Amino acid sequence: MTTISENTQAATASQRDEATGLIGFLPAKAARALALGGSGLTVAACFLAWTWTPTFPGDLTYYGSPAGLQTQVLVLGLLTALFALSSYGVKGTRWLTPAGADAAIKVAALATFGTTWYTVAAISISLGGPINLEPGGAIVALTSLLTLLGALALPFERPAVHPVDPEDTGWDQFKHRAGNGWTAFKGAFAVTGTARKLPPMHSTVEILIITGILAAALGVFTYGVGTEYDELFVGFLITAGLGFAAINKSGLMQQATQLTKKHQNLTIAGAFIAAALFPFTQTDDQYATLGVYILIFATVALGLNIVVGLAGLLDLGYVAFLGVGAYAAALVSGAPTSPFGVHLPFWAAVLVGAGASLVFGVLIGAPTLRLRGDYLAIVTLGFGEIFRIAVMNTDGTSGPDITNGSNGIASIPNLNIFGFDFGAEHAIAGFTIGRFANYFFLMLLIMAVVVLVFRRSGDSRIGRAWVAIREDETAALAMGINGFRVKLIAFALGASLAGLAGTVQAHVTYTVTPEQYLFAGPIPPNSAFLLAAVVLGGMGTMSGPLVGASLLFLIPNKLQFMGEYQLFAFGVALILLMRFRPEGMIANRRNQLEFHEHDETPATPVKAGA
Amino acid sequence: MTTTTKTADATTAPTAGQTVLDARGVTMRFGGLTAVRDVNLTVNSGEIVGLIGPNGAGKTTFFNCLTGLYVPTEGEVRYKGTVLPPTSYKVTDAGIARTFQNIRLFHNMTVLENVLVGRHTRMKQGLWSALLRLPGFKKAEAEATERAMELLEFIGLQDKAQHLAKNLPYGEQRKLEIARALASDPGLILLDEPTAGMNPQETRAAEELIFAIRDMGIAVLVIEHDMRFIFNLCDRVAVLVQGQKLIEGDSQTVQSDERVIAAYLGEPVADASAEETPAPEAPAKAAPSEDTSADEDAPSEDDAPKAPEATDTPEAPADEAPAAEETSSEDTTQDPASGKENDA
Repeated sequence: MTTISENTQAATASQRDEATGLIGFLPAKAARALALGGSGLTVAACFLAWTWTPTFPGDLTYYGSPAGLQTQVLVLGLLTALFALSSYGVKGTRWLTPAGADAAIKVAALATFGTTWYTVAAISISLGGPINLEPGGAIVALTSLLTLLGALALPFERPAVHPVDPEDTGWDQFKHRAGNGWTAFKGAFAVTGTARKLPPMHSTVEILIITGILAAALGVFTYGVGTEYDELFVGFLITAGLGFAAINKSGLMQQATQLTKKHQNLTIAGAFIAAALFPFTQTDDQYATLGVYILIFATVALGLNIVVGLAGLLDLGYVAFLGVGAYAAALVSGAPTSPFGVHLPFWAAVLVGAGASLVFGVLIGAPTLRLRGDYLAIVTLGFGEIFRIAVMNTDGTSGPDITNGSNGIASIPNLNIFGFDFGAEHAIAGFTIGRFANYFFLMLLIMAVVVLVFRRSGDSRIGRAWVAIREDETAALAMGINGFRVKLIAFALGASLAGLAGTVQAHVTYTVTPEQYLFAGPIPPNSAFLLAAVVLGGMGTMSGPLVGASLLFLIPNKLQFMGEYQLFAFGVALILLMRFRPEGMIANRRNQLEFHEHDETPATPVKAGA
Repeated sequence: MTTTTKTADATTAPTAGQTVLDARGVTMRFGGLTAVRDVNLTVNSGEIVGLIGPNGAGKTTFFNCLTGLYVPTEGEVRYKGTVLPPTSYKVTDAGIARTFQNIRLFHNMTVLENVLVGRHTRMKQGLWSALLRLPGFKKAEAEATERAMELLEFIGLQDKAQHLAKNLPYGEQRKLEIARALASDPGLILLDEPTAGMNPQETRAAEELIFAIRDMGIAVLVIEHDMRFIFNLCDRVAVLVQGQKLIEGDSQTVQSDERVIAAYLGEPVADASAEETPAPEAPAKAAPSEDTSADEDAPSEDDAPKAPEATDTPEAPADEAPAAEETSSEDTTQDPASGKENDA
């Protein structure tokens, strides 16, 4: 049955008792030493000059001070070296790898290799050839490669694979071998042990650790938002993505989750404080602008998550509710182009905006929520377009003059709450807080409201009813749930939360036009991106849409060079993610079990909205 | 197939209570097909009533009419004297809970959450209460959780409260569905084939569970194909054939009725020996099975083939399969169809 002489490592190794690495020629001890040495040298090489000319952005020409992409490689190299030390059991580093070091070393080495080689390649390509590398650049390329080789040669437990059936056709054999190879490859990066339980600690220490984690998160976010050129941002994506994966493999993430779950409310409050500190890390208003747009996008995505993630109602026209809120607020804002000459105070404008969205939500929901599945999606898609076209046509010529048609409502005045002028700069504790930073704080407040609504409604009778409806509507009805009513509540609640965000958005952007509220377009927020943020981030979770929205906003914003291929790249990324991680980047335990039920044994799940 | 000892046990409970369910002239037509024709059925409190019939007789359709999933074409259903609205959730609210033939749990919710969803109608906290955490919210949640844990203890799943429903083994999923139905504090519970796909031990346990439910003061209406189970359990049995109620009565009457036997086994060709076969056989076979549960499957499987053999009819071999093995063959062949039926 096993005539697999030519079927190389995967099958033969599985028959041997001795565990080997993905790369066979290095003994385990040498491999580990190589990984440690390589990563150490990589760290050292970050202090060398990598190129001779400051033309390459970031100026990597200095000896002794890492800059730009070098810093990222430095961080990753340190991470790899620390994991490698931890695998030797060096005192003081063992806490770094509570779930075993080898998988973490591999991913960290891969991350180092990826960022380094990306940098080297970028230098070579943008300056016209590898000749532009200083010796430092060549050295770091070599050391990171050696680190990776050493890491990949670390032995691992090979997953059992079925040998190839020699009676299969050639193509089937090929597929089978490819499958076996892939299984072995995945096995190389699999975490073998579960993370150690955290030792009992004083709660002050735990809170300090959480503070540290949040500070680190704020640091990473600030760095990502502040990346000044394309190369740095791409490097950041590689570094952050794979570095995060490496920390995840080491088991630190699991321990962090244990901690944050224990102090959940505290963590959420802390996260908001950390977010509120963001404007203070900035010297000008440039990145606060990004911050406030991300917040708007993320808040709306979180509202959509109630509708889609909890109640399972596919809403493809959600951005229209944002538009309704924004237009309602703009019309009563006292803008000179508004046909109503009223200027309501902000609290009243918020009520008007959220209320208008609520009314539209009920109007759209009442007739359509009796439909199930695809029909609802089509009707909401239609509503999104109807809103845009109706706004376009109520310009005084095609219809009544309400919205100024495609010109929109311009010069919306800045908010002024209790004498606090949002348009002006303020000095708080020696920091200058500009216009967008002001709105950033306001938006943060609104997001806090949405988070509160999401958490509280999700963990209640009505939230359970939503999930029950999503799971099995017939059974939910038979349990006494008034399906229509409960769905309408979800729909209207989601709509009014979007409207709430819209009221602020109108003031932030100065102008509201119908073209801001498309189904799909290159600029978020639009319905397709909102849905993508929810799905990418993780449906039914709280942090998922926030992460998804941040990425979906930052990537098109930072990678201007992709231009017209942006949507294409976005589509490819979405397909890949759905293939390999259908539960989204941040999965709640429930979804993880749903999509990977064969991968792991069932364990105690956490509640929705983790 | 009766176990006389058991029915004696069962009748110790008060049988003649208030009428809980009163279905009058229920007719359900799908276009030209009349699935249920003019069925009358009453269930009194403290009673376990069985509903049997060959595949496709309209039992589940009748259930769906009772619980408001279908709007009956004609007829009305009364619960404790008031006419039920033909809306599923209102029926549950009024006090009728049900389980489904093919298990319909909320698979990605935990066991506890499933039962809490069943508690939905008995809680009044709406969205505002949840958002503002109004006084009473926490208390209501705590009470609901307490009640749910009681029910989980009742069915023996208290240790698995935090597991996902879909990770439970089959038998426990059935039990959980019953617990979820019980969570709405019903006066009547409708069980659609509660033992389908279960082994004899599990069936036995289900029997005990249903008696315990009856003892809680909840009337039970149960569809089942396992005749031993039905005649053990039920105070009265109604037989549905081709959408019409053939007969209703205690197990003796039903078992000895010619038309029932004909419906299940086909018309006897030669003589009337058919009607005598079940009666003498059953007590002899079933009596020992009372003592040990391990022996249980042996007699029940012996029973069935012997009954048709005695009739000596040519079509007997062909017909015995559906009659005898319905518990197993039924859910493989029937489930997809009935699933659609429920979805409609």
